[in-house]
Amino acid sequence: MSDNVSKGKDRSVSRIAKEIYSKYGILIILVIMLVGSTLLTPVFLTQRNLINVMRQMSVIFIIACGTTMVIISGMIDLSSGSVAALSGVVATGMMVATKSAPLAVAVGIIVGGLCGAVNGAFITTFKLPPFIMTLAMMISARGLVLLYTGGIPISGIGNLNVLGQGFILGVPIPIIIMMIIFGITWVLLNRMKFGRYIYAIGGNEEAAIASGVSVKRVKAMTWIINGMFVGLAGVILMARINSGQPAAGQMYELDAITTVVLGGTSLSGGIGTIQGTLAGAMIIGILNNVLNLLNVSPYYQQILKGAIIVTAVILDIKTKEIRAKS
Amino acid sequence: MHLRGVVLEAHQNYVLEMKDIRKVFPGVVACDGVNLNVRKGTVHALVGENGAGKSTMMKILAGEYIPDQGEIYFQGKKAVISSTRDALNLGISTVYQELNLVPEMTIAENIFLGRELVDSSRMFVRFKDLYAQAGKYLQELGLKYDPRTKINKLSVSGAQMVEIAKGISRGASLIVLDEPTSAITDSEVDVLFTQIRNLKKKGITFIYISHKMNEIFSISDDVTVMRDGKWVGTHGIKEMNEKKLISLMVGRELSEMFPKVACDIGETVFEVKNLTKKGVFSNISLSVKKGEILGISGLMGAGRTELARAIFGLDSIDSGEILVEGRKAVIKSPADSIRQGVVMLPEDRKQVGLVLIRSVLENIGLSNLDQFTSYELLNIRKERKVCADIAKRVGVKAHNLQVQVKTLSGGNQQKVVICKWLLQKLKVLILDEPTRGIDVGAKSEIHRLMGEFAKKGMAVIMISSELPEMLGMSDRIMVMREGEISGELTREEATQEKIMTLAMGGRKQ
Ligand SMILES: Nc1ncnc2c1ncn2[C@@H]1O[C@H](COP(=O)(O)OP(=O)(O)OP(=O)(O)O)[C@@H](O)[C@H]1O
Ligand SMILES: [Mg+2]
Repeated sequence: MSDNVSKGKDRSVSRIAKEIYSKYGILIILVIMLVGSTLLTPVFLTQRNLINVMRQMSVIFIIACGTTMVIISGMIDLSSGSVAALSGVVATGMMVATKSAPLAVAVGIIVGGLCGAVNGAFITTFKLPPFIMTLAMMISARGLVLLYTGGIPISGIGNLNVLGQGFILGVPIPIIIMMIIFGITWVLLNRMKFGRYIYAIGGNEEAAIASGVSVKRVKAMTWIINGMFVGLAGVILMARINSGQPAAGQMYELDAITTVVLGGTSLSGGIGTIQGTLAGAMIIGILNNVLNLLNVSPYYQQILKGAIIVTAVILDIKTKEIRAKS
Repeated sequence: MHLRGVVLEAHQNYVLEMKDIRKVFPGVVACDGVNLNVRKGTVHALVGENGAGKSTMMKILAGEYIPDQGEIYFQGKKAVISSTRDALNLGISTVYQELNLVPEMTIAENIFLGRELVDSSRMFVRFKDLYAQAGKYLQELGLKYDPRTKINKLSVSGAQMVEIAKGISRGASLIVLDEPTSAITDSEVDVLFTQIRNLKKKGITFIYISHKMNEIFSISDDVTVMRDGKWVGTHGIKEMNEKKLISLMVGRELSEMFPKVACDIGETVFEVKNLTKKGVFSNISLSVKKGEILGISGLMGAGRTELARAIFGLDSIDSGEILVEGRKAVIKSPADSIRQGVVMLPEDRKQVGLVLIRSVLENIGLSNLDQFTSYELLNIRKERKVCADIAKRVGVKAHNLQVQVKTLSGGNQQKVVICKWLLQKLKVLILDEPTRGIDVGAKSEIHRLMGEFAKKGMAVIMISSELPEMLGMSDRIMVMREGEISGELTREEATQEKIMTLAMGGRKQ
């Protein structure tokens, strides 16, 4: 056995396949799903349908952008669904009162930001575990929604609905907003101190502190930005359903977390990308869409979704193992 | 190389033979045709510079990594080790360089992790027996800990000793110790060596990785040298001397060990007055001048690390004050301290110094992002260039700057922390065990850097448990004992004996 000959040769086909997979992971699943869906139903690959898919995933994706940052920094947000609803109904109420859409949007974002600030304040000053704090916020914010609306939908959303239903140059506005939020998050994570800091905090909080990072401030910032995203998502949500619905946004926090984890962000913090989250959101969006196009009963849809999520994450874990061992 | 392998095959008394081992990581050949033949009942030292591939060899032996090529024979039989469990079942136990204990669990629970003593129903743990047995192991090792103590209450050295106890308790016939003494005191090393010699008599074999020459010569029977992933040779320790061994490791002769540069000592830049943290240290006053290296010596547990952490703002203090350039400095967090130009290289670099799962680049940049930021945006190109330059200057060996820090060898990880601080405008540099786990070459490199800092007018405070380093590098040595200063020695008057006397409780000088 002469190792001079075998030296450059340990790159078998399977190794290359593994390498590609471990590099692009979730993207490959996405491509497979795109191809599979196209083969399964011809309607899938029409422009109208694809735009539909994107529009439907916009609200969850915007929330997931915030959730991505929260999870990267080693925390978790269970309150986003309720906070989105609260921001949405208050914005709708504002619209009814003032007839000014920009003001309504601003108020929605501010309400979300305030809820985020409250989360952040308690988590940083009292060292509350984010799981507990945001669980409490999820319950209380929903209570505020019911209090504010009296449990009845607020109608008279007026032209605030363009936010959910309008178009600019033929592109639906929610998709445009979604891409803007994607861009903002990408810049935050990759081109600003803030991003470097949250990766470091999620990776090793003590080392971040010892490197001079003001961990409390960065965490508080994370919660406020996250809250503002959630607030905006809440306004779009109400605009899409044309009224201030007190029951809207339930379980959205879980959808957002699923999206983020599917996108390869580690629940233990320190690792993750916003591109991954986008891929995760698209996978879920396509899945919903195709199952509907194929007329699969919603009961089966639920079961199938659970199974696919588990499969995707197992694949992701496997690739990470391959990466670690080889 | 192969010829030699054939010759060695003739021996029957090898308990372990690793043949022609090759392991490639993306971009790095960690081991390339390495042979390791270990005689039964001996201590076999494995030496080489940081990143030579020692730990990788041992991780292959422990089933953590699968080699790309090569064979392992254990006790005369071909061994297939494809998981850590396989290795344990064969009787190979590894104490890693990085600690592998569950911090929230007790010593006893850690020792018996995965093989808890259970009652006849196999459902309930017999805690009483667990603690009793664990206590026995601790006692055998001469450790005074209560087995009910949680690991996170122990010092690094304490935790390390528990790791060793765990290995021994597994009844392994081959124990791998990967830099076991990098974090423990000389007296603890003595205890460990006595224990190793006892176990050797019972036929247990050890593989021993260390960068400390004196230890290698005092404990080992044979030594295998690796360099850049390659097998350089295996020798009986008797036919070796320190100089020869180092030149085999480094591939060249190494110049002076402690290159102390003479430099002008200026005015006082840093003062600590009556610093007290109840139950940890009390009434500590010290001052350092520009260009001066102040050594702080003492036994493990004397409060040196705690003092350094408190000065740096990582831990709170109860009373006392800190003055930088004569002005009182309010230091409530490391961020405050860094702003004052006072930084610390922590003892526990994995826990405090580095974000292991992030890249070399991000770790170096972390404290220095303001330098790369304009209009709130990071200048990525500048960041990469500055970090690459400093990494090159300090000599960080990494495939590229994007790899996770955890894939670097121990010594190179330490260099990453140094890089991080070198990008700051420093007035005072506190080094807590700066050369722990660092190879001879890199060590003298770090000592050279220390001299350079002093020359530039920085004040350096160095905590070290290594007396030759303490004596070689310091201008002045302060000794701590049980949280108090027990004496101070000038460079001229200091000797190992005087330091030890002060550290162990001799009278004040
Ligand atoms: N999981 C990994 N992924 C990529 N590279 C790795 C990995 N583990 C080790 N390496 C690389 O392999 C080489 C050998 O590393 P190893 O840890 O075996 O060195 P070592 O001899 O133990 O050094 P030290 O004395 O500093 O502990 C290094 O270049 C290191 O960066
Ligand atoms: Mg090592």
